[in-house]
Amino acid sequence: MSSLPLASTFLQSDDFIYVLYIIAFALFIQGLRGLAGPTTAVRGNRIAGVGMAIAVVATLLNKGEGNWGLIALGVALGTAVGIPAARQVKMTAMPQMVALFNGVGGGAVALISWVEFRHQGSTYGSRTLEVAHELPGGAVVGSGVAVHVGGVPTYVAIFSVFAAIVGSVSFWGSNIAFGKLQEIIPGRPISFGSAQQIVNLVLLVLALAAGVDLVAGAHSELLFIGMLVIAALLGNAVVLPIGGADMPVVISLLNAFTGLSAAATGVALNNPALIVAGMIVGASGTILTNLMAVAMNRSIPAIVAGGFGGGGAVAGAEGAGEHAGTVKSTSASDAAIQLAYASRVVIVPGYGMAVAQAQHAVRELTKELEKRGVEVSYAIHPVAGRMPGHMNVLLAEADVPYDQLKEMEDANPEFQRTDVSLVIGANDVTNPAAKNTPSSPIYGMPILEVNESRSVIVIKRSMNPGFAGIENELYYEPETSMLFGDAKSAVSEITSELEQL
Amino acid sequence: MILASTLTTNLGILVLAGFIGFVVISKVPNTLHTPLMSGTNAIHGIVLLGGLLLLGLAGLDGLSKALLVIAVAFGTINVIGGFLVTDRMLEMFKSKPKAKDEEKDNAPKGAGS
Repeated sequence: MSSLPLASTFLQSDDFIYVLYIIAFALFIQGLRGLAGPTTAVRGNRIAGVGMAIAVVATLLNKGEGNWGLIALGVALGTAVGIPAARQVKMTAMPQMVALFNGVGGGAVALISWVEFRHQGSTYGSRTLEVAHELPGGAVVGSGVAVHVGGVPTYVAIFSVFAAIVGSVSFWGSNIAFGKLQEIIPGRPISFGSAQQIVNLVLLVLALAAGVDLVAGAHSELLFIGMLVIAALLGNAVVLPIGGADMPVVISLLNAFTGLSAAATGVALNNPALIVAGMIVGASGTILTNLMAVAMNRSIPAIVAGGFGGGGAVAGAEGAGEHAGTVKSTSASDAAIQLAYASRVVIVPGYGMAVAQAQHAVRELTKELEKRGVEVSYAIHPVAGRMPGHMNVLLAEADVPYDQLKEMEDANPEFQRTDVSLVIGANDVTNPAAKNTPSSPIYGMPILEVNESRSVIVIKRSMNPGFAGIENELYYEPETSMLFGDAKSAVSEITSELEQL
Repeated sequence: MILASTLTTNLGILVLAGFIGFVVISKVPNTLHTPLMSGTNAIHGIVLLGGLLLLGLAGLDGLSKALLVIAVAFGTINVIGGFLVTDRMLEMFKSKPKAKDEEKDNAPKGAGS
C-alpha cells in the first residue's frame, strides 16, 4: 500500500475493491470456460486461480481489516496442510481428496455463520431495526459486515442460518464420503433400514425448526450450536447409507451444496465475490450431479434416500440361476496369445484398475501390443471408476494418448469389429442385463456393449458381484473368458508372456 | 434512476451468476468432469473471503477469533489444495505424443507459470 494518504484511500475504497471483485469474477468465468477443453483446461484452472488471488487481495484491502497476526496464522495453517495434501495425493485417491477439500469449505461456511450469529444473533428477529442497516454510515462497514450495529435485516439472518445448516451438512457428509472412499469406513451401505428415511426427515425438520426459531429471534447460542449438531447428524445420516458406487454423485451434490452455502454467506455478508463464485459453483455442481446420475441411470432422490433396494439381490439370484456353471476361466499365456493375434483390441478399464494402480502396467501392455501392429483403444464409460473422467485422469497419468480414449457413444459402434475386448476391473458398466433384462435394477443404464465383440477377456479378482450387487451376465457368455487375479499383476503377466512370444 | 436495496441487488447478482454457472458447464465434455468438479470445488473456497473479512474486524472475543482462524485455515486448504490438485490432474492430459505439434503452445505456458 502507498504511503500517500490519497492513494491509500483510493485503494481502500469500496469501489476499488468492487472493481477488483469484478475482475475476479470475469477470471472465474473465463477459467471455467477454459476447463471445457482438454487443451485449454490447464490454463483455465490457472486463470481461475489468479482470480482467487485477486479476490483475496481485494478483501485484505478492506478498511476495517485488522488482526493481521491471526489472519496470517490461519492462512499459514491452511497452506501447511493444503499444499502437501494436494502434492502427495495419489491419482487413484483423487476423488476422496476432492471430497475432503469440499468438506473443509463447508466447515468454513458453518464456522463463519456461527461467528456471525455470535455477534449479530442478539438482534435477529427485531424487524424495526431494518432501517438502521440502510442508513448511511451506520450499518455497513466496507464490503464487509456490520458487527457493531443495533440490528440486521431478517434476510441476513435467514441466509446466515441457511448457510450454517448447509455448510454443516456438507462438512460432515464430505468427511463420511472421504472415509468411505479411503476405506476407513466400510463402503457398503450402513443404515437404520426402513427407519432411515424417517430419521433423515426428523433431523431435517429439527434443523429447520431450530433455524426458524433463531431467525424469529430466539437469542440462544446454545440453540445455534444445537442446530449445527443436528445438521452434522443429518450429514452423517444421509451419506452413511449410500454405497461406494454412488459416492461420486454424492460428492458432486455436496460440492454444489457448499457452493450454495457460500453464496448464502455472500448475501448475509453483502459480499458480491462470495455470491457470484458460490452461485456459479452451486449451479454448475447441480448440472454435473445430474449428468452423473443420468449416466448411472439413478435419480438423485433415490441415491439420497439410500442404497439399492432389495430388488437387486432378487434379480441377481435369477440371473445366476439362468447361467450357472458356464463361466470359462483362462490363463495369462492364453490371453497373451489371443491378444497378440488380434488386429483390434479395446481395453475397458474400471475401478479394479484404479484400486490395483494398474494404469502403468496397462500402458506397457498397450505398447507391447502396438509393437505387434495391434490397434488398441480404450473405451471409457462415463461413470467408470469413482467419478466421471476418473479413468481418463489415471490413463493420462500413464501417458496414454488422449485420442486413444473413446467415450461410450464412440466406442459402442466399434465393438462389433473388435477382436478382443479386455475388461480390466470393470463390472456393472459392461453388464448386458442393463439392455436385456427388464427386471434388473440397472435396466436402462447405458453400458459399454462389450458382448458385441468377437471375444472378451475379463480380468477380475473373483466372481463377487460389483457395487450394484448384481451378477454380470457377460461372464456367462460363451465368448467370454475370465482371468482371475489382481489387475496389476494379471496385466503384467500378460505383458511378459507377450514379450516371450 | 432505480435505487434498489442491497437485498434486491444481491438477489439479482445471485440469479445471473446461477445462469452463468448453468451455461458455462453444459459445454464441458464427460472426460473433463473430474477436473471440473475439482476446479469448481476450488472456486467455492471463496468462503475464505468471509473468514478474512470477519477476522479482520475489531471487537471479536476469544472464541470467535479461534473459530475464524479455523475457518480461514479451512478456506485456505480448500482454495490452495483445490487449485493444486486440479492442476496436477490437468497436467496429465498434456500427453507426450501431442507435445510435438503443441510445442509453440507450450512455450508461452511454461514462461507464464
